[in-house]
Amino acid sequence: MDGAADVTAERREWLGLMAQALPGRVVALSEGLTAEFAWLRRPEIGTVMVRGRTAGTGAPFNLGEITVTRASVQLEVGPVGHGYVQGREKKAAERAALVDALMQTEQAGAVRAQVIAPLAVEAAEAARSRAAKAAATKVEFFTLVRGEDQ
Amino acid sequence: MYVAVKGGERAIDAAHAWLAEERRGDTAVAELSVPQIREQLALAVNRVMAEGSLYDPDLAALAIKQSRGDLIEAVFLMRAYRTTLPRFGASEPVDTGAMACDRRISATFKDLPGGQVLGPTFDYTHRLLDFALMAEGEAPITAEGVPAGGPVPHVTAFLNREGLIEEAMESDVVPPDLTREPMELPASRALRLQALTRGDEGFVLGLAYSTQRGYGRTHAFVGELRIGAVEVEMEIPELGFAIPIGTVRLTECETVNQFKGSRTEPPQFTRGYGLVFGQSERKAISMSLIDRALRWKELGEDDAGVPAQDEEFVLMHADNVQATGFLEHIKLPHYVDFQSELELIRKLRREAMGDSSQDAHPTQEAAE
Repeated sequence: MDGAADVTAERREWLGLMAQALPGRVVALSEGLTAEFAWLRRPEIGTVMVRGRTAGTGAPFNLGEITVTRASVQLEVGPVGHGYVQGREKKAAERAALVDALMQTEQAGAVRAQVIAPLAVEAAEAARSRAAKAAATKVEFFTLVRGEDQ
Repeated sequence: MYVAVKGGERAIDAAHAWLAEERRGDTAVAELSVPQIREQLALAVNRVMAEGSLYDPDLAALAIKQSRGDLIEAVFLMRAYRTTLPRFGASEPVDTGAMACDRRISATFKDLPGGQVLGPTFDYTHRLLDFALMAEGEAPITAEGVPAGGPVPHVTAFLNREGLIEEAMESDVVPPDLTREPMELPASRALRLQALTRGDEGFVLGLAYSTQRGYGRTHAFVGELRIGAVEVEMEIPELGFAIPIGTVRLTECETVNQFKGSRTEPPQFTRGYGLVFGQSERKAISMSLIDRALRWKELGEDDAGVPAQDEEFVLMHADNVQATGFLEHIKLPHYVDFQSELELIRKLRREAMGDSSQDAHPTQEAAE
């Protein structure tokens, strides 16, 4: 059971990193990766309705849509890969599907090092940089002691 | 009688060609690129995404360029484009409690876990034109601090612990979607929030201001305002589990409103809620004030008969694409309608003024 859950968690992580990568990054990093595959779904652009919760924690409501591009491939050796990326980049969806499939083969280590690990580093650095800038704007209150209180 | 009139095609083609030339402006001035608009007019891009109800900064920037900066026209372009795309599904509700906050302030608690974080705000600027921006220059280096790390809890959760504020109970009811079914009144709170978040910022602001000036006063404090990035997750059927499919920047506002209690509710604080695509706190605060004002029935408050409490008035007039379409259609040819009005006025005048005026302008025709 734990093994299956771990696999799901890992796959979720690499799919999420590719989905949220900056435009052009998945295509650039996956350059040179090739495999014989068949299309299960050619790249298509669509939307996903994003939901929020009333008052942050209550009943869901429809906030608005985001653009998403998806594709699915099956490698000749068997594994099926799904690519979902934010935005309208068909090549990125195709490469994400191919990477997802290759991550299920013995090439996983090499693919991780070439594509997934750099994406994780870039995402972490982008998040760190914004959080650091936000932290610099945190207010440090201090109280002035008034004369009559002394 | 209906008379079809043709002959405008050449004029229309020429008008559109001139529009394109005017859009470009003086060719001695460098052309704006879409990435420049996306990066440097980000708040206009945010507004077009929010009211266009489609989060895609490149598309919104293109729409702004195409519309020559007419943001309502840009919103219209976004809405029109959206209708050409298939919808893959709906996301899991985003978790704003896990937001990576650029800004997070509270007007009700000075010292709160996570602190008061100002972020990139116009607040405390002097509103003096900065002529340095007219000269080319590098952006200043931003200071960096040490982030505390970990999620930043919602302010209302503190009040919840004492039971002093109404709770928003989690549920998984599928919300109605006004882009799929026509809006029906009375509307659920979920439908109202959808209509408000894509509503015109000026309209929502004006109505919210009216509540502050006394037209349905709800005594709102900004319990919390936060701006930042949240992950969007969706269950993928072919995978059988949810994955992150994107990131959106959102502005969230929770108001805490004085409430003396009613026939059905004890005295406690109540809440108004605003959540908007992009960095748009004026809109988010306005939305939360209107959300709260529209809840009068549910909370057993009196009907003050003010616009902000009138759901039909608010929801049916908040959409600027709908409003523009109906408003501006009156400039299009109405020659035949007007011809009949003209006949009617002439007949009424003949009757009112007697036979003496009948032949005053015997043969003059309007240039219908």
